[in-house]
Amino acid sequence: MLHTFIALVQDRPGVLTRVASLFRRLNINIVSLTVGESERAETSRMTIVCDAHENAADRIRASLYKLETTISVDEVNRTDAVVRELCLIKVAAGPSHPHGLHSRSQIFELSQVFRARVVDLAPESIMLEMTGSASKIEGLLQVLRESGYTILEVSRTGRMAMRRGHHTSRVLEALGTRQSLDLQEFPTQDPDALPSDEILPGAFEE
Amino acid sequence: MADSITPNPTLTGAEILLATLAGEGVTTVFGYPGGAILPVYDVLRKFPNLHHVLVRHEQSAAHMADGYARATGRVGVCMATSGPGATNLVTGLATAMIDSIPIVAITGQVSSKVLGTDAFQEIDITGITLPITKHNFLVTRAEEIAPVLREAFQIARSGRPGPVLVDITKDAQQAAAAFDFEAAKPRPYRPHPMLRAESSSMQEAVTLIRQAKRPIILAGHGVVESGAERQVLALAEAHRIPIASTLLGLDAVPAEHPLCLGMMGMHGESWVNNAIQQADLLLAFGMRFDDRVTGNLTKYSPNSKKIHVEIDPSEINKNVRVDVALIGDLKEVLSLLMPLLETHPRPLESHGSEWLKQINAGKGNASVRDIINLPDNGHLYAAHVINDIWHEAAAAGRLEQTIIVTDVGQHQMWEAQYFKHHAPRSLITSGGLGTMGFALPAAIGAKVACPEKDVWVIAGDGGFQMTAAELSTIVQEGLAINIAVINNGFLGMVRQWQETIYEKNYASSPILSPNFVLLAAAHGIAGATVKQRADVIPNARLARTSGKPFLIEFQVEKEDGVYPMITPGSALHEMLRRPQHDPLIELPEEP
Repeated sequence: MLHTFIALVQDRPGVLTRVASLFRRLNINIVSLTVGESERAETSRMTIVCDAHENAADRIRASLYKLETTISVDEVNRTDAVVRELCLIKVAAGPSHPHGLHSRSQIFELSQVFRARVVDLAPESIMLEMTGSASKIEGLLQVLRESGYTILEVSRTGRMAMRRGHHTSRVLEALGTRQSLDLQEFPTQDPDALPSDEILPGAFEE
Repeated sequence: MADSITPNPTLTGAEILLATLAGEGVTTVFGYPGGAILPVYDVLRKFPNLHHVLVRHEQSAAHMADGYARATGRVGVCMATSGPGATNLVTGLATAMIDSIPIVAITGQVSSKVLGTDAFQEIDITGITLPITKHNFLVTRAEEIAPVLREAFQIARSGRPGPVLVDITKDAQQAAAAFDFEAAKPRPYRPHPMLRAESSSMQEAVTLIRQAKRPIILAGHGVVESGAERQVLALAEAHRIPIASTLLGLDAVPAEHPLCLGMMGMHGESWVNNAIQQADLLLAFGMRFDDRVTGNLTKYSPNSKKIHVEIDPSEINKNVRVDVALIGDLKEVLSLLMPLLETHPRPLESHGSEWLKQINAGKGNASVRDIINLPDNGHLYAAHVINDIWHEAAAAGRLEQTIIVTDVGQHQMWEAQYFKHHAPRSLITSGGLGTMGFALPAAIGAKVACPEKDVWVIAGDGGFQMTAAELSTIVQEGLAINIAVINNGFLGMVRQWQETIYEKNYASSPILSPNFVLLAAAHGIAGATVKQRADVIPNARLARTSGKPFLIEFQVEKEDGVYPMITPGSALHEMLRRPQHDPLIELPEEP
């Protein structure tokens, strides 16, 4: 099954290699990985989607924590997080296209239904930009193909995720408040580091 | 330089490097010079408290730092130049990584201006060592050297220890920067958010221990790393729980202790493995359920509950599913657990007399076929050699002052079976990686760290030849190391697998060796050849008391095997025993 991890990591050369290398060592395929700046200075935020056994999550998270460049790791699923992906699609459309001059207007209509935007118009192609869940993006691509359009290029960012609400976000809680910063200075223990219902021994691949 | 009166003196990067090492309490560096690290060697003389041991191969430098760390618990330090010097460290770093040994490796790197241009002796060593170090750094500026090195030491020794590599460009070594040791102090080590021994889990553990009728403690390397030897023994004694050890946990508890069973796993004694299979509770302390200790996982200790106390959360449920996980430093967890157990002690009737009797009954059966109890039949067995070295040390009252450093193979398993360890850190061996050639250099590290102790190398004829060049290092450093080469003319463990699994197809396992005593003599090291059992103890005593390095070549039975043996895929109780009609152990014929 697909697991989605949010990792805050140090923004330094080589950190991405460490994360990628970890998944390689565990023989787990990364489905998508997005990296960008976060709300904290010198800290990158990664959203990693990987395909692994449903009970592998604890071990992946524990292994991510073992990287010295990792600040925090959170695993999210669809119900408690907003998950989005950005996609750019270049479609062949123009006078020489089989649909002829109608092709452009048909694509405009389709993009409206899927809430995609036209971001570039060239004599023989149209570029669409779309943000949404992965399934929605796949839906648009499928409709375009089945309508006989030639998709020239697709560029997808891979998933980005963020927990819903403020209080449920352990990431914000851990990093944004004065209290938790103090905790970092004096490492005693963080009783809320993991939700109480997560009992490690419960998860194991039989 | 480190004691300079100027508060923030301006030093070169090379001087900062050595001053930081001195500040971290380092007294010995194992290394080999070369172009990209020469600025450091150029200023070595300014730091008279730092002793540099010149090795003969950088792999040995890493093993020496490793042996130093295993013997003391302190961070070992090794140093090499860029390119081949750095890549030669790789096997040593991997050995330390998989056995959780704290070492800091320093490598020179080409100047930052030519990084990435395939300059002479340039290699991406931080890339190469990524999976075999706990962490690594590339330093390109002199200002970064002190803070990065201090962080490297902290990472190496914190949490689950491990090797850290610091790659420093030549221009960073040559540039000048202000040095302030205190200001370079790293932030406190980040607490692992998954470290937790919750009260609910604690309570569960207490309940499981109270209810257990056939509990057993599995003592791993973490017992020694955590310094929890006394706590483990106290727990075992208070609740009458027998202790089985992993290879690296063998020296965690005294072998003569009545609750100490010995080594578990592939070559563990039958009563140990049978006890694990029959147990109703496993208390796994600082061990990681390696395949060499579990055998076939689907049949591993099928009827037991399992409590895992471990500092690395990624080890939980990795190989064996456990019922209770207490994640944290073993000593701390036990100090929380013990008071809880005292207020809820195990019922007296379950104080294990039946269980211990059952385990001990197995000992009698196994020892019938035990090679140690066979009378001298004129053949020399490696098991006898190792057992007699132990007898000699024990008779001299030197057991607590003896460190055995083994190589990898049959002799390593015989050592584990027949040398009865008495003190923590008295056995140094490559467990996880199984690195042949480890013994001689690791023993040098141990002897440098503990000059007052008797350090024995026990190596096979194969592994010894891998790093035999370090004999020169022993002489150059004037180290009184005792070397036992167990020579059976074969790569013995390979031969045993070929005998057992590959229908005696002895492909490339017979190995020719030099005359080891002459080889030692060429280095100026005294030696002796032993072919009779009666000569073992006198020569061991001679070696131990000579005050100089001494090599003994023991010419032992060529086709002896290590038993019991659990073949790959078999369960712990499905072991191969020593053949009852083994031609090797037939008694001498009556005249």
